[in-house]
This record gives sequence, C-alpha cells and structure tokens, in this order.
Amino acid sequence: MKTNSRIEKILGQGGFVVTSECGPPRGADSEVVRKKGELLRGVVDAVNVTDNQTAVVRMSSLAACAILKGMGLEPILQMVCRDRNRIALQSDILGAAALGINNVLCLSGDHQKFGDHPQGKNVYDIDSIQLIQTVCRMRDEGRFLGGEEIKGKPLMFVGAAENPFADPFEIRAARLGKKMKAGCEFIQTQCIYNMERFSRWMEMVCERGFHEKCAVLAGVTPFKTAGMANYMKKNVPGMDVPDEMIERMKGVPKEKQAEEGIKICVEQIQQLREIPGVRGIHIMAIEWEAKVEEIVKAAGLFPRPEIE
Amino acid sequence: MIVGNRKDFKEILEKLGPRRRVLVLGCNECVTVCGVGGEREVGVLASELRLFWKKEGETFEVREHTLERQCDCEYIDQIRGFADEYDVILSMACGAGVQYVSEAYKTKLVLPAVNTTFLGVTIEQGVWSERCQGCGACILDMTAGVCPIARCAKSLLNGPCGGSSGGKCEIDNETDCAWQLIVDRLKESGQMERYEEILPVKDWRSGREGGPRKRVREDLKL
Ligand code: SF4
Ligand code: SF4
Repeated sequence: MKTNSRIEKILGQGGFVVTSECGPPRGADSEVVRKKGELLRGVVDAVNVTDNQTAVVRMSSLAACAILKGMGLEPILQMVCRDRNRIALQSDILGAAALGINNVLCLSGDHQKFGDHPQGKNVYDIDSIQLIQTVCRMRDEGRFLGGEEIKGKPLMFVGAAENPFADPFEIRAARLGKKMKAGCEFIQTQCIYNMERFSRWMEMVCERGFHEKCAVLAGVTPFKTAGMANYMKKNVPGMDVPDEMIERMKGVPKEKQAEEGIKICVEQIQQLREIPGVRGIHIMAIEWEAKVEEIVKAAGLFPRPEIE
Repeated sequence: MIVGNRKDFKEILEKLGPRRRVLVLGCNECVTVCGVGGEREVGVLASELRLFWKKEGETFEVREHTLERQCDCEYIDQIRGFADEYDVILSMACGAGVQYVSEAYKTKLVLPAVNTTFLGVTIEQGVWSERCQGCGACILDMTAGVCPIARCAKSLLNGPCGGSSGGKCEIDNETDCAWQLIVDRLKESGQMERYEEILPVKDWRSGREGGPRKRVREDLKL
C-alpha cells in the first residue's frame, strides 16, 4: 500500500470500488457541499470533487474536498491543467496531502471556450499525463518537477480519466497505456452508454494487460429525462449515446422518465460488472446526488466494504 | 509567414481621432503575401480615408507609401525626408514593424492598422492557417511534423484529449484536432510505435515565458 487511500485499500483486497461525484457550488456556501456529502455518506467509497468543470467558476475543488474530508468522507481531488502551472499544481498537491486528501485525478480540463469566462487565457504548462508523472514523482521519489527534494512526501493515490468514445478509437487503449506508464493507478471513464464500443475498448486494454496495473472504474450517468439524453448525444463532446437508448427514454411518459433513467443505469452497472477487467463503477449523477443511494442499492453494491 | 487581419475602418478612425495628416505605411513582406498591408491594401485604406473625410467636408492629407520591410532600419530610414509632414504614421505592418517604425520616429504618433495574429501558411487563395508559436525549441521531430503547441487548443504534448471527435477539436467542428493529424501522420509514415512514447514536460524558457527574446550572431555582426 502506497497511501491511505480507501480506493487503494479496497482494490488491494480485490474489492469492487464504487465512486461518485460532487460538483462544488457556484458560491461560497459550504452547506451545499455538506448536503451533497450527506447524501453520499456510506453509499460510495470515494467522492470525486470536480475542478471548475466545463470551465465554469465554482468553489475550489481543494476547499470542497477539505469540507468532505472533515465530514469523514473520502474525497478524490480533481485537478485540471487548464488553470494552473506546474508551480501552482504542485503546491496544491502538497496542500491536499496536508489536509489528509489521499486521491487525485489528473485531467486536461475542458477548454475555457465552454465556460463562463471564454475571454480567459488557459495555462496548459503541463498536460494530464505529465501531471500524473509529476504527482508520482513527488510521492515516490520525494522530488519536485524541478528536481528539489520534498520534505514530507504527498501520499496520493493517482488516477486519471479516459474517454473510450473519443477519437481516434485505435489509440484509446494505447493512451490508457501511456497513463499507466506515467504511474496512473486508476482510471474513471467517461459515461458509458455504448456497451459494445466500451467492451471493445476494454478488450484492447486487457489484451495489453493494462488493467492489471491500472484499475478501470466504468463511468455511468443516469438520464433524468429523454431531453437530457438527446442533449448529451448532440452537445457533449466525445459522448456516444445510442439511438435505441434515447428511444427507450422517449417511450415512457414524462413523469416516469426519471425512474426509467435510473432503471437503465442499474442495468448498465450490472452489464459493466460482467465485463472482464472492470474493477469498479463511477456514478456521475449530475446534480442528482439524491439518487446515488438508490442506484447503488438496486445494483446490489450495498453495503460498501469495511476497511481497517 | 506572419499573418494578420486589417482592423475595422471604424476602429482606425477612432484611433486617428482629430488627426487628418496621415501617412499610411505598408510593408512588402508577410503582410503583402497575406493581403493585409501591402501596396494594394495601403491604397485601399488611403482611399477609404479620403472618401470618408471628403464626404464629411474635412481638409486632410493622406499619403501612401510602402517600404520593402518595416522590421529593418535601413528601409525605415527611407521615409525620414517626409515623415515629419504628417501627424500620424498609420502602419500596416505586423506588430514588429509598427514598433520598429515607432522606435525610429520617436516624436511621431505611430498607430497600428493591422491585428497581427499568427505564424502560418497559405492553405488556398485567401485562406491561412496557424502552424507555429515560436516556442524556441522545436519538437516537430517527435510529433510527426504537426505542432501540438500551436495547433492543439490545449497545447497538449500527449494528446488527444477526450474531446476529439471525428477528426475535429472539441472547441468547434471547423478546427482539426492536431492529435488526430499526428496519429494519422504517424500511421502513414509507419511510426505508430512512437505514439507510446510520453513526451516530457517542456522547458518553456526558450519561448515567451523566458522573457523577451533576443538573438545575437557574432559571426554576422559588422
Ligand atoms: S514546436 Fe515550437 S518551434 Fe516547432 S512548430 Fe511548434 S511552436 Fe514552432
Ligand atoms: S480535441 Fe484535439 S486539438 Fe482539441 S484540445 Fe483535444 S487534443 Fe487538442
């Protein structure tokens, strides 16, 4: 065990991991984070805290992680390379470790064009793969990127995201391989709706043995409405929603669509659990944290394992 | 070459304010090739100004002149004899030219008529596209000849990100994904195994981040 991470421990025991996420509010009200945290307490093993997702300004991921940590939850600090250079990123990693945060998720980040400050400048001093390398180096070698020694290594369990549905498809498994080579220990995927394509990607990953060193947690997002399914298909870059899924959502009356969305999500989790190499599920219930408990229970993933 | 766009006529008028004695100064290099600040464009802008002020019933004097280059003092000196007759030099060169003219004529107001945009190539008649950001330490050997710094919206050295879709970048479906191009090029040239290499963190000191750059070649100095 390299860290105190709950996910690392569960994976180490051969367990199946369940994570979810919490988007910090667009304001300074810590109660919002606490409420979301309360909904997820005991229901999942760890909670991702997004970092200004879709380039919209929100409470900092680090601050929201600290709030969740204070409540006894296990946060995963998401870090995008868009807004901070190597100095700020390393500084925040030290800060996170000092606050007892055990997990970091290294991301490129959405382009600022999609957010509320499209006029801004982006940073991209380093990219997500280089961020993985940086955190691993800080932890394992006790050295900053610049080479200086660190007094008090940040013991972080290091993860990243991967989108099996982005192009070019043929390098998507190789890209996971690069992340693994950089030191990445777990991957959370983009929301999966196209099972066939995901299975093919997972096969490529397993063929090359990447899944042994890097645990793949399959991402799911329940639809609230048929409109949302349609929106995701049309407007979210790199999202692959098969037509039959949209048809299925449209096929039920409006007031029953949320229920149908949950049902689909639970079925997907059951299918994903059967795919070789999948080590866990990442439930991204966007502004719908209240439903995570129901999904986890219906999918037979409750109670969550105890760890010492 | 350096590519630019001409500023709007309205913006140019605003910048000129009450000044009516204007020397419109073109440049025969890059801005000529990209059709923004050569002799022809100097003529167009000068006529626009004359027509506008004539209609307004104003008195004015607009002179057209195009230098071989605005980034070399030997050419800039060629306007020494008459520059003083004007209130303002309206430079149609790139940002470097505007500044160099301004350095040479310290008592004159020198205004830019062009927005300098990028270092790029001509794709077809009337279409230019960015290729280089002058990072000072070229890595094109490692990226199959496609620059991810200039052409990936996130300057990712280890792309593509999760937003690459159908060959296009997540920022819009008009922009090619640089990493799709790199992968295609690697494949075409039988070097796919190079994709597995992780490109190291870049030392940006050779670029703008290291401060304004200057290059001295002792062997060429007189
Ligand atoms: S690597 Fe640097 S020098 Fe080479 S094309 Fe890209 S920006 Fe220009
Ligand atoms: S889609 Fe391609 S070009 Fe656009 S940011 Fe991602 S990797 Fe870069």
